[in-house]
Amino acid sequence: MAPQFLTGSDPFNFIPQAYAQIRATDLSHVEAMYYKKLDYKEVECELCPRKCKVGNKERGYCGVRENEEGTYYTLVHSRVCSAGVDPIEKKPFFHYLPGTKAFSIATAGCNMNCKFCQNWQISQVRPEQVENYYLPPEEVARYAKGNDCVSIAYTYSEPVIFYEYMLDCARAGHKDGLKSVIVTAGYIEHDPLVELCKNLDAVKVDFKGFTEKYYKEVCSCELKPIMDVLVELKKIGIWTEIVYLMVPTLNDDMKDIKRMCEWMKTDLGTDVPLHLTRFHPMYLLKNLPPTPVSSLEQARQIALETGLNYVYVGNVPGHEAENTYCHKCGKIVVGRIGYSITQMNLNNGKCKFCGEPIPGVWS
Amino acid sequence: MKKSKVIIVRTLKVFKNSEKVDFNLLQEMVEKALLALTNEKDSREALFHFYNPSDRIGMKVNCLGGKKVATSPEVVYATFNLFRKAGFDDKKFLVWDRSNRELKDAGFSLNSNSGGLKCYGTDSSDVGYAQDFITHRDVGSLLTNIMTDRTNLQLNVPILKDHTLAGVTCALKNFFGAIHNPNKYHGNGCDPFVADLNSIPQIRNQQKLIVVDALRIQYHGGPAYHPQWYENYGAIIAGSDPVAVDFIGYGIIDEIRKKHNLPSLEKAGRKPNYIFTAADPEHNLGNTALENIELVEINL
Repeated sequence: MAPQFLTGSDPFNFIPQAYAQIRATDLSHVEAMYYKKLDYKEVECELCPRKCKVGNKERGYCGVRENEEGTYYTLVHSRVCSAGVDPIEKKPFFHYLPGTKAFSIATAGCNMNCKFCQNWQISQVRPEQVENYYLPPEEVARYAKGNDCVSIAYTYSEPVIFYEYMLDCARAGHKDGLKSVIVTAGYIEHDPLVELCKNLDAVKVDFKGFTEKYYKEVCSCELKPIMDVLVELKKIGIWTEIVYLMVPTLNDDMKDIKRMCEWMKTDLGTDVPLHLTRFHPMYLLKNLPPTPVSSLEQARQIALETGLNYVYVGNVPGHEAENTYCHKCGKIVVGRIGYSITQMNLNNGKCKFCGEPIPGVWS
Repeated sequence: MKKSKVIIVRTLKVFKNSEKVDFNLLQEMVEKALLALTNEKDSREALFHFYNPSDRIGMKVNCLGGKKVATSPEVVYATFNLFRKAGFDDKKFLVWDRSNRELKDAGFSLNSNSGGLKCYGTDSSDVGYAQDFITHRDVGSLLTNIMTDRTNLQLNVPILKDHTLAGVTCALKNFFGAIHNPNKYHGNGCDPFVADLNSIPQIRNQQKLIVVDALRIQYHGGPAYHPQWYENYGAIIAGSDPVAVDFIGYGIIDEIRKKHNLPSLEKAGRKPNYIFTAADPEHNLGNTALENIELVEINL
């Protein structure tokens, strides 16, 4: 039986058939940007805080960077394993160009291993274990424009691990007037983050939990570097939204959520949108039930009471907390059902009813 | 606790020159190891301790790192020849590892269709990984279809060498080549991941015999080849307890390191703790206590 990793409908259905024939028969061989050479052909990756020490002919934790005779290479530059045209609300971005489309791409690989991963078929595999298509940055921009997209989204897996490709796509996109947005867990070192943000327009961070224990045991990662990244994003001033996937019994302690909201208020400010989203059993956490909607609502209430202005409930289509409410007058400024916009009550980024500026990038 | 037996058969006469080994002598070494392991006088009887002719036997090799630091084809063929002489059917054997490229680079001849000994990797177009996750404690992986569909028992033929992250790679760690995501399990010196993976029933129950290639040993800087830390050791190690085999292998690496004035793996901060984790009551995969290991050394 042939390897079966990709699920769902054909991820390349938007690409004309002739182009879809151009399947990558090999992996890329582009030198990585952030690493240092050690003695005896070893290297140390400096892209993410994991800082993998990688021996000759071995790969880092992400599975997509390989040391060949002391030079570190990315194997996934222009090797796309999943792509689609998505509403920007699907990322989700609720305060960033609502109602627009994002040309969304991913390569295989991830520098984490979250037990609830919804896309493990592409994120938790090596690039040779999926079908890859050759899609150089200029073609990404061309297909984004051709599909009436306003932005390119790096998403589905963990874009940090295809850093060089993402950077080249963002630069190619900007030349064509396209924005670039990233959907990431934020596990990245300071220098590559700063360089990346010069070429991005918005960031959505999946904030997995608010304890080191949870990050370590459920995500094989650390909390502190992610907090540092969020603070750095605030300092840089790039538009940022945060998603918090609430997993029953593992990160749904309301005391932790209260602590997280207080930290956000203090260190990030009250205007960063927080999306509290519903977990569905997946990957290595099939034994848990979906998050009760009441838990999401309780967490939202805590966040609002803490002083955060824009708190959403996600993965519950039709919920009233999908709407954006003006934090001053309380009226709906952006109405949503699922990924669809039902009302837009903004004038030049201000509430149509009371004139209060609503934080975000609206046009 | 039941004692584990580990056999080391050693001679430097096995090296004809820097590249070639004396195949007849190598075969004699493997045979002597199996006879000593089973207390049999006939290799056919020895093999029947572990396998029956109806079994489909996977010979798991370790080809990562390239030819000089991979399981040598000669050790595999010497072992396979004993089965052949014992009347086992060639078609029931499959030499395998993660990828065809790595097998070829190590000197194996790929063969998926024609008669004789089959040899191919999980990345062959019609192989791949099983659909269902195997999980145990900290490990969650997809297992190669070679173990789920194409073979029912394994003969582990690892190479013994130093490993920068794990300390040592030998029998237990060789099964990292059976899963789709080994890169996720190299943290903390691969501990407890190697032990967790080997606890999975499909691996624990399928592995019957281990024949280690310890002819040439990379005793520092592994798993890649570094000529300055590479020496002819001239040994075959055999056992059925992968923990005891790895424990003895760990000792050999440290012994060679000491000879070359290198610090022990423990002092170098690379003690292979996963071997000891594999022996703990929860994993119970074998022995590391010397009083529970019967070590037989045969010098030819």
